[in-house]
Amino acid sequence: MPGRADLPVPSSLGVWWLVGGVAAVVGAVVLSLAVGPIRLSPLQVLRELLWFDNELTNTEQAVLWQLRLPRATLALLVGASLAMAGAGYQGVFRNPLADPYFLGAAAGAGLGVTLVIVAGGATTSLALPVAAFTGALAAVALTYALGAAGGQRMSTTSLVLAGVAVASFLTAVQTYLLQRQQDNLRQVYSWILGRLSTAGWREVVIVLPYAVVTMAILLAHRRVLDILAVGDDEAATLGVHPRRTRFVVVAVASLGTAAAVSVSGLIGFVGIVVPHTVRLLAGGSHRVVLPLSLLFGGAFLTLADLAAKMVSAPAELPIGVVTAFFGAPFFVLVLRTTGRAIP
Amino acid sequence: MIEARGATVDLGGRRVLDGIELAVSRGEWLTVLGPNGAGKSTLLRYLAGLVRGGGELWVQGQPGAALRHREWARLVALVPQTPVIPASVTVVEYTLFGRAPYIPLFGVEGRRDLAAVHDALARLDLLEMSQRVVSTLSGGERQRVLLARAIAQGTPIMLLDEPTTALDIGHQQQVLELVDRLRGQHALTVVSTMHDLTLAGQYADRLLLLDRGRMVAHGKAADVLTEANIARYYGARVRIVRDDGEPVVVPYRVRNREPTH
Repeated sequence: MPGRADLPVPSSLGVWWLVGGVAAVVGAVVLSLAVGPIRLSPLQVLRELLWFDNELTNTEQAVLWQLRLPRATLALLVGASLAMAGAGYQGVFRNPLADPYFLGAAAGAGLGVTLVIVAGGATTSLALPVAAFTGALAAVALTYALGAAGGQRMSTTSLVLAGVAVASFLTAVQTYLLQRQQDNLRQVYSWILGRLSTAGWREVVIVLPYAVVTMAILLAHRRVLDILAVGDDEAATLGVHPRRTRFVVVAVASLGTAAAVSVSGLIGFVGIVVPHTVRLLAGGSHRVVLPLSLLFGGAFLTLADLAAKMVSAPAELPIGVVTAFFGAPFFVLVLRTTGRAIP
Repeated sequence: MIEARGATVDLGGRRVLDGIELAVSRGEWLTVLGPNGAGKSTLLRYLAGLVRGGGELWVQGQPGAALRHREWARLVALVPQTPVIPASVTVVEYTLFGRAPYIPLFGVEGRRDLAAVHDALARLDLLEMSQRVVSTLSGGERQRVLLARAIAQGTPIMLLDEPTTALDIGHQQQVLELVDRLRGQHALTVVSTMHDLTLAGQYADRLLLLDRGRMVAHGKAADVLTEANIARYYGARVRIVRDDGEPVVVPYRVRNREPTH
């Protein structure tokens, strides 16, 4: 056997990328804790977080711990879940356009929320997240059931087509309901565009278990997702179960997406731009894409939320507007400067 | 060794393979011939466990029906005709895919896997280009990488689907020599499909001729590669000439002697 040093090495997550990702997360969180109507210095924030130095006034402490920290945490969890779910979907479908809402999760969540609002149930704060969550999961389950009925050989394409059909159908139902109840349009659209403004620790607790499960299971699939890129047949001769793998990845990615959607509304762009940017800059292996999507997805959404809060303060922009407004030009820049083909 | 008794496969209501009988022993090379659509690739897919059908299949003495995915992948490696090469995958990474049947589902490769990859790359003279991106390699180099993946898979049986199709004549010989050498070193059981009849006869121990899913000839090259067989099943006009006793298939053309206008 050759010595360890002589062995060939597959690409892996570079230390500097990891350090950069963690730094981005820490930087984004500290910044979003410091900036606001009550301005704190990043140093004050760090000292308060790490040593519990009682330098801050009671009001400042309350703002930090009860308003800003849960909101930043939630942005981190939602961004990380969406970016990883997007990377997972792109991997199992070998489709660069796949995003967390690929199989109808957005349409399902939208219909769920519309139903609750139209039924007048929006007064309780828990009803919307539950409706969004249920709607998203039900839509994906329906897509899967329809797509899987299309037979074995065509499973990827038939799933994608089933997703298109389910999404159009659910959107049609939602539009019909909204046409009949025009008073609620604004409420529904403000939800659809996404917001984290009402976030508290309760929302964090709702999302946390799903986000952790999604991240852990997707990360565990990083090696298998790379193998899946050679196609179902070849993957099968290498001992991988393509259909089982696809099912598990779709299931956990959808769970994470539904949980994110339930507290944040529909935030577009994160699930597609973050994984692709990572792919272009750091490499195409899922060993790199998944962990870095987690970190940079979280950091990106935390900063986007900060911008949503600050740009036209005291009014807040929908966060989906911010992610697209900054995400799109940045992505085009990356695409043009690297000149690399997207795998 | 690999053995099929009465292998029968239906695809889309059509019988693609019908009652195939074959037994390839350890260290033996069988090449499957036949015109387009005869069922050659389906036979390889059947042997690789990718399509199930009727009949009995024995892989290294174990019944195919009882083998799980990963077990099958530790016994049989398939080198596909038109592999999907993911963009930006390096030679090392691609070869490492061959270790998938040995790595726990949620685990990562260990020292043994990397050593197996190193060994496969060394055997195929690929160590120098181990960090190159596979999709940028030439056809011949790429075929070597495919073989490296199969060698890293460490299986006693190797299936090769048209291993020489995309290669020029020099690289065809190189790849086939390489397979032959690996077969010697690892006592590999090799089953391949091929279009070039002369090369098939030169490298395989035995040939099996398929036509519309049925076996129509089976045996030594001299017995299978006859003018009559090739005329009947390929609809081709050829002469068989002997070179050192081995059949060489030479196509000829009947010129139209009528004057042209």
